[in-house]
Amino acid sequence: MAERQSPERQSPERQLPEHLSPLEPALHPGSHGNFEHGVDVILSETKPGSILQLAAWPGEEKQLISGIRTVTGLTLPDGAGGGSTNGVRSVFGFAPGKFTVVDEAEGLALAFADVVTPAIGTLTDLSHGRTAIRIAGPKAEWVLAKFFAIDFALPAFPLGAGRSTNHHDIFAQIQRTGADQFDIYVFRSFARSFWKALCHASEEVGYEVQ
Amino acid sequence: MLITCPYCGPRDVIEFTYQGDGNRQRPQPASQDLDAWNAYVYERLNPAGDHNEIWQHSGGCRAHLKVVRNTLTHEISSAAFARGDHKSGARHKAEGKS
Repeated sequence: MAERQSPERQSPERQLPEHLSPLEPALHPGSHGNFEHGVDVILSETKPGSILQLAAWPGEEKQLISGIRTVTGLTLPDGAGGGSTNGVRSVFGFAPGKFTVVDEAEGLALAFADVVTPAIGTLTDLSHGRTAIRIAGPKAEWVLAKFFAIDFALPAFPLGAGRSTNHHDIFAQIQRTGADQFDIYVFRSFARSFWKALCHASEEVGYEVQ
Repeated sequence: MLITCPYCGPRDVIEFTYQGDGNRQRPQPASQDLDAWNAYVYERLNPAGDHNEIWQHSGGCRAHLKVVRNTLTHEISSAAFARGDHKSGARHKAEGKS
């Protein structure tokens, strides 16, 4: 009981509920599929502490983009679906005036609370509502092209950019976080099913789960 | 059939949801004009050619779009945000900002 009253437990970050992975029963680290000639795809769960969805009211988009830069230090390039990442934090547009912001650390919603005021737009904390899956490797584009009817080539889908699409009604937000690396955000409740499909699709090229 | 979303670019029609005829003009909610309501609910142009339609990019950015589709060839000659439409846009802005 004494431990429960310690100041450490009362800090905001300590009050956040623990993240539980929906992938755990289906996530088997190691090499799988046709990997005799090498592993061409690496699958992992990135488990970011914060996943936020920010939306600006019409006409307030520039204010929101400026607020995102203030809090995260990330600059959003112009244009639909533009985004950027610094390895720790990521941001990308997924709809007109709407942005997904991700941070390895928890508590990003608190940092935005004073920045995204009701006059500018809305903030939705999806940290426990989305699961982040990373696919990397020389065949990442090839495997994703089997799922989504969008162009994954680098000129059409530049580094940092985001795309909203879906696979069999599982809505997915995809950000390119490397030349051959993509982070996919899917609904938590569909994440295990999507993960299994991703593993099956990666079998032919040989994949490693980390 | 591809629809070029003004935000997402060309996407397969499977990502979109048809939201109905884009030519309809909804009467004021308090209107007692039964003929106007009848026209809004039931009357359609049913053209053989270009047709104004409302689609939602439900499997993507979720924006509502004004689309002109040829009912004979399925050619999409234009797709723009419905938000820019004064008929629906003005009401949306009034609700969104106080």
